[in-house]
Parts: sequence; C-alpha cells; structure tokens
Amino acid sequence: MIEFRSVSKQFPDGTLAVDDFSLTIPSHRTTVLVGSSGSGKTTLLRMINRMVDPTAGTIEIDGVDIASLEPVKLRRSIGYVMQNSGLLPHRKVVDNVATVPLLRGVPRKKARADALALLDTVGLDRTLADRYPSQLSGGQQQRVGVARGLAVNPNILLMDEPFGAVDPIVRAELQQELIRLQTELGKTVVFVTHDVDEAFLLGDQVVILQQGGRIAQIGTPTDILAHPANDFVASFIGAERGKRALHLERHDGRDVLVDSDGRLAGVLVGDAPGQGVGFR
Amino acid sequence: MNIFADALNWILDPANYAGPGAIPVRALEHLGFTFLTLLLASAIAIPFGFAIGHSGRGRGLAVATSGGLRAIPTLGLLTLVALWIGIGLGAPYVALTVLAIPPILAGAYTGFEAIDRGAIDAARAVGMSEVQILTQVEIPLGLPLLIGGLRSAALQVVATATLAAYVADFGLGRYLFSGLKTRDYAQMLGGSILVILLALALEAVFATLQRIVVPRGVASTRLPVDRARSARPRPGMEPAITKGNP
Repeated sequence: MIEFRSVSKQFPDGTLAVDDFSLTIPSHRTTVLVGSSGSGKTTLLRMINRMVDPTAGTIEIDGVDIASLEPVKLRRSIGYVMQNSGLLPHRKVVDNVATVPLLRGVPRKKARADALALLDTVGLDRTLADRYPSQLSGGQQQRVGVARGLAVNPNILLMDEPFGAVDPIVRAELQQELIRLQTELGKTVVFVTHDVDEAFLLGDQVVILQQGGRIAQIGTPTDILAHPANDFVASFIGAERGKRALHLERHDGRDVLVDSDGRLAGVLVGDAPGQGVGFR
Repeated sequence: MNIFADALNWILDPANYAGPGAIPVRALEHLGFTFLTLLLASAIAIPFGFAIGHSGRGRGLAVATSGGLRAIPTLGLLTLVALWIGIGLGAPYVALTVLAIPPILAGAYTGFEAIDRGAIDAARAVGMSEVQILTQVEIPLGLPLLIGGLRSAALQVVATATLAAYVADFGLGRYLFSGLKTRDYAQMLGGSILVILLALALEAVFATLQRIVVPRGVASTRLPVDRARSARPRPGMEPAITKGNP
C-alpha cells in the first residue's frame, strides 16, 4: 500500500506542481493517475521512488516513510517504466533487462538467464536478446522497458505514460499485454497517462487530476462514468458527447445504441453474463 | 633547383639521421612532448568537463574560460612563462597545456550533453548511483566526443610544439629556428614537412580511435541497417520482425 499524506511539491522556480495531495494506493491493483499536462501526475509518480522529493507531507510504502529510505536502494526495489523506453543504447537488450539485478549483486549468469525468461514474460522472442535497443521497433523497446521494470521482481511497478510514444495499434497490443501480465503477477501498478480511454481500460482505481494535483474524482471506471463528480470530470471523460454518450433507439423492434453523433454503437442484447449492461 | 627538392634531399640525407639532433631523435622528442602535454591538459580538463557534463552546471563558466584560454597567443604566453620560470621545457609545457585544455574540456562536457536525457533519467530511476551513471552510462556514451576533443587538441599541440625550440634545444621546431637563423631554408622546410607528417599520423591514429570507441549499439543507430545487411548478413540480424511482436 502506498500512502500520500498531504503531499506538496513546489519547484525551485516557484511552480506549485502538487498542492496538499492525499491518496491511498491499494496493493496488487492498478491505480491510474490521469490528467492533462500540468496536473502534476508525473511529479506524483516520481515521488514514489524519490526521483522527486516532496517539499511538504509524507509518503509511506507499507507503513514506512520513504524519506527515511536511501533513494538508490528504494529505486532498486521499485520497477520503473517510462515513455520512450529509456533503455541504455550501448547495452544489448538482455543486458538492459539485467541492469538492476546486476547492480544488486546477482551473479551474471543468473541475471542473464532471468532476463531471458523475462523476455518470454513480456512476449519478446529470445532471438532479440543480443540486439541493441536501436535495432528494435518502438513497441519492442517498450516491452524491453517493461521487462527491465520487472527484473527485480518488485512489488511496485511505476509506469509513466509507457505507451505514449507508440502507434495506436501497438499501443492497444501493449495495453492488452499489460492486462494479461497484471492478471498473472498482481503487482501494485501506478500508471500515469493523459488518455482517459487508457485509464478506464487499465485502472482498477482511476484518479482524475486537475491542475496542481487536485483530485477531481477517485473511483472505479464504472463509478466515474456512472456518476461524474462534477462538470470538470464529465467533460474530461467526455461523458456528454461522442462515443460515451449513448442512447437507445428503437429500430425494427430491436433496441440499438447510438452515440451523440448519431453513429451506431451496437445493439442491446440484454444482460451480459453476470455484469449487466457494461461498456466493456 | 627548387626549395622543395632541397627540403626532400635534406629529409633523406643520411647525415641527418646520426648524432645529436638526428631527425628520429627530434621527432621522438616532439611526439613525447605532445603526449605529455595532452596528458597534463587531460588531467585538468577531463575531470572538470565530466563534472560540468554530469551536473549540467558551470557550462557558461567553462565556455567563457575556454574562450579566454583560446584567445591567449601561445608564443606570448610561452615567452612570459619562460621569463618567469626560465629557459627550458617548463614554459612550453605550460603554454601548450593551456592551448590543449579548451578542446578537451569541450569534448568532455559536450560528450555528456549529447546523451539522450531519457536514458540517464531512466538509469537513475531504476537505481543507478551517480558514480554508476557516470562510469556505466555517461563515460561510455560520451567517449567518442571526448576523443574528438583530444584529437583536435593533439593536432594543435603537435603543430605548435615547434615553439618549444624557441626556449629549449628540443623537438622538430629546432630545424625551423636554426634554419631561419642560418638561412638554411631547405632545413626549415624539411622540418615543417616532418611536423606535417607527424600531425597527419596522429590524425590517423585518433580518427581510428574515435571510430573504435563508438559503442556498438550507438554505432548501429548511426549506420542504420546497412551494417547488418550489406557487410555480413547474419541470421537473426534481419529487420526486426518476430512472431507475435509489433
């Protein structure tokens, strides 16, 4: 469990990136911080592994104040995946994945074997192990980034817009892959994105942020869609328009769902097994 | 006949390859002087350059200082230092070290600055200490530009090292100064040609070195695909398409 208690961050230039932010992030679930730029989401994420230190307030991981922990040691115990992969260009794929285990003193042979197994986990062929990052596609690089994040078998995985720089088709693939991984591994994932669809797809808990890290709403995707807390949330998630605003129309004796632009979204088939009428 | 033929004759004259002041001796002196100067300048410039590149601070100061150092006329400095510490090799070492510092300093910090910030940020975020970032990320990736800086410093020093003979009986510059004094222009030009040959040889060495130190993964960015494809096609080095991967 990660707990933010009245956390603020003011940068030296005076910008107040986060103002009195409190949040509990449950273990073994995916929490998505979503907001537009300037909402402080990345700053909040980077506070968890002390890449940024708060100017006020405390952050606890399983009851331990992380300010009391040595940053380098803390970071080695937390997985981190970033946009554009951030792989070391002069190291082979397998060595990139094994970076942190080697820093932690795992013998080279074992680190390499583990790294190869992780390539399987993230759906990469082992023949890519001896390539350099520049010889991979963007999606493959991102998978290597995820493998590196998982390399020390961390409880916590921080993901900073990890799929932001790949094309939509690859992104959808990577998102499904992450859902599959998360079902298998059950990490405490903290995921930052500006994409509401991605947030709703991946998040067990979604936190919608406004400027300065103010929480507009926290909840499951269903909660938020069903009951947007305010106009900001409603407009941010696009509840009143487009493909989320569906209405029923009667057509030849069947109920069809039509979005606000008049485009057909589907037909109403009654209750889905165990879920009622859902969006997914 | 003409002065170039005379100069060549002078270079090839066996008489110039024996006794004190023989061409090989002077050339070795010259080369040794150049290397020691580069070593001195590196010992000063590289730590500063790495510190600037790693921290991102002090770049303005470095640029200003380098500019100032570059503006100092080497002959003037040499004379000044020689008047101060006396005739001998001390003064040339000082003057030429000053000459060699700016390119090495610039090579050291620009090498670091050219590295993708994302890679360094990620290295820190996954738990590399600052020393590990320096030794495992910044130095290997910044090395090509540092060698580039050393290369241009070497070129300047090997040419300007002729000035050492101004205050000491030393190096290939001796032929220039004594040739000028005795109006032996063949000797003077011969000496110049030897300096040029030495400079070209050093260039070749550093150019090779610069290519060697480019890390492999980085080299394959600069020479996209064709390295894998044309030179020696190997199984598994074909474009990145594998089952189930984007």
